[in-house]
Amino acid sequence: MDILKITTAGSVDDGKSTLIGRLLYETKSVTEDKLAAIEAASQRKGLGFLDLSLLTDGLIAEREQGITIDVAHIYFATAKRKYIIADTPGHFEYTRNMVTGASNAQVSLILIDARNGVVDQTYRHFYIASLLRIKHVIVCINKMDLVGFSEESFNQVKEQFMAYADKVRFEGQEIDFIPISSLMGENIVTPSDAMAWYDGEPLLNLLENINVEADLREYPFRMPVQMVIRPMSEQLHDYRAYAGKVASGKIKSGLAVKVLPSGLETQVQAVERFGESLTEAAQGESVNVLLTDDIDISRGDMLAAADDMPSLTKQIAATVTWLDHTSLRPGQMFLLQHGVNRVKAKVLSVTNKVDVANLTETETVDELKLNEIAQVELKLAKEIFADTYEQNKTNGAFILISEQSNNTAGVGFIKEIR
Amino acid sequence: MNKNHFPQQLEDEAIYIIREVAAQFERPALLFSGGKDSITLVHLARKAFFPAKVPFPLLHIDTGHNFPETIAFRDWLVKKFDLRLEVRYVQDSIDQKKAVEESGKYSSRNTLQTITLLDAIEELKFDACIGGARRDEEKARAKERIFSVRDDFGQWDAKRQRPELFDMLNGKVNLGENVRAFPISNWTELDVWNYIRRENLELPTIYFAHEREVFERDGMIWPYSPFVYKSDDEQVFKKIVRFRTVGDMTCTAAVDSEASDLEDVIGEILAATISERGARIDDKRSEAAMEKRKQQGYF
Repeated sequence: MDILKITTAGSVDDGKSTLIGRLLYETKSVTEDKLAAIEAASQRKGLGFLDLSLLTDGLIAEREQGITIDVAHIYFATAKRKYIIADTPGHFEYTRNMVTGASNAQVSLILIDARNGVVDQTYRHFYIASLLRIKHVIVCINKMDLVGFSEESFNQVKEQFMAYADKVRFEGQEIDFIPISSLMGENIVTPSDAMAWYDGEPLLNLLENINVEADLREYPFRMPVQMVIRPMSEQLHDYRAYAGKVASGKIKSGLAVKVLPSGLETQVQAVERFGESLTEAAQGESVNVLLTDDIDISRGDMLAAADDMPSLTKQIAATVTWLDHTSLRPGQMFLLQHGVNRVKAKVLSVTNKVDVANLTETETVDELKLNEIAQVELKLAKEIFADTYEQNKTNGAFILISEQSNNTAGVGFIKEIR
Repeated sequence: MNKNHFPQQLEDEAIYIIREVAAQFERPALLFSGGKDSITLVHLARKAFFPAKVPFPLLHIDTGHNFPETIAFRDWLVKKFDLRLEVRYVQDSIDQKKAVEESGKYSSRNTLQTITLLDAIEELKFDACIGGARRDEEKARAKERIFSVRDDFGQWDAKRQRPELFDMLNGKVNLGENVRAFPISNWTELDVWNYIRRENLELPTIYFAHEREVFERDGMIWPYSPFVYKSDDEQVFKKIVRFRTVGDMTCTAAVDSEASDLEDVIGEILAATISERGARIDDKRSEAAMEKRKQQGYF
């Protein structure tokens, strides 16, 4: 059984919570006690229908304000797959949560209110989906019941969206459009009679059939070492394994690997999980790796395919999204975390801040504020072993940690390795 | 349903997280309740460091109102897998006047656990506690991070959470702060059961159908015990039941069930119409009960 991770985004009143509630309801993922609770709550609010948005609208503060304030994770499953939705708030001040939710997603679900068409938030959502190189984007044009299920309205919004998307999308990114009414359940699980003009699939069918091919499995092998496993017991006196999660590619015994940063070459003797020898382990698998030679390796080092290595670098250029209330400024120092490896980093320059709505750039930037995106040049105290984000998502991203607050202050996507 | 219904990715993620806790913190502990989620965590921790031993202790906050079966199981598990165990008692917090026993029909020591837990963290100088919370359990938990930073008072602030990007975990904290780490955040109840079946894990017997003295209140089946308040008009009778979740005896309701093995239990969950936390009396106190307890430092 595989897992499909989806990020959802929409503006405050686009009906995102109702859409997710509808997916849960229709896939029978709502238990009777929860259903009874929202029935009672719907009645208390004087509604004549079941308010499915109540299934996901959680925290006390949110209910008071009637908005979603943080990334919520929602789970449902069909016979075919397990789904994890990272539901992120739509309004501007919480954009950092949108990046957070999108960082692990394979599909980006964008909601647009058919009456309002594309708004500034829509641009931001799609820009982030493209920046994070999410390959599958599904645009749900919602509240079609309020525009008379009109095909013309649908096409207008679609054109409006594509006028922007064509300037931002990357090669190979797929964009689908679905006219829906989450309140009435049109085109969510079953095809809509009211919109017979739509010849595509309802939303759930589309999700069920998305092919989540593991691109990173075909990329050269990389594994950051999390820790060294040494039982030091009598029977296992000489046992020494390197524990980690395969970041990309595959590993099996006999593979020639180089240990970074030392550059020493050796061979994989065995790949194990819980004492069992594996014939092969691929991207995403947590394993123990045993090597034929005794090499000094510690946490933060990397094992990589000897014939296709990442770059060793002490200077990088990256697109950075700022996530902290304290701004980023040239000259500042941070702790850069790349995989499990941490090095000190100095901000050499900040340039080309993007205005996401009209895609204009400000060349000289004195400070990068919360939710802003710009190009950042970083000098590192020690080498990291990186690929560009375009080549390898796992090995091409990093976070910046503030040494004052210890907060995760920014996220970067490596564009160039100097 | 077949055994492949457990997504392997979930185990790989959990092992990665547990290894990060061991690597990033000096004094981690695994919060052990005796429930199936913490038993799953212990198994994952064994896998994460195998063939070396689990490098951190289990911490059990004993309310004194546990099912005896749970305590027997805990001691068996610790011995079998050569684990270290620390136990701290809610009774001690009460004796020291740090906690005040609740009284009345719905009295429970569940909320008092928090006081004992925070004291234990301070006393044993734990900087990270691994917990078995899952995001599918409850609305407030749906917003929880994998590494959740808590202040000196163990408090969780939904608005001040750190962003977590990709699989990069930032365990750096300020003095006085500590972290709760949740390796099985992305698992659902069914995932846990499918995993227990795939890995052939042993569980306390109360998870399976057995005959027990019970009584009924508010449409729920309560275990009969000296710890559980029962009014004179509530009749005790014998019934075949099992527990879907194992907390304190005072806050865990039984379900009417004949499911006597894993296959039956999984079959029952697939057909279930009451959510897991629906059998937790403590959550029924108010609609936002869990969030309030989390703000006060509960798991």
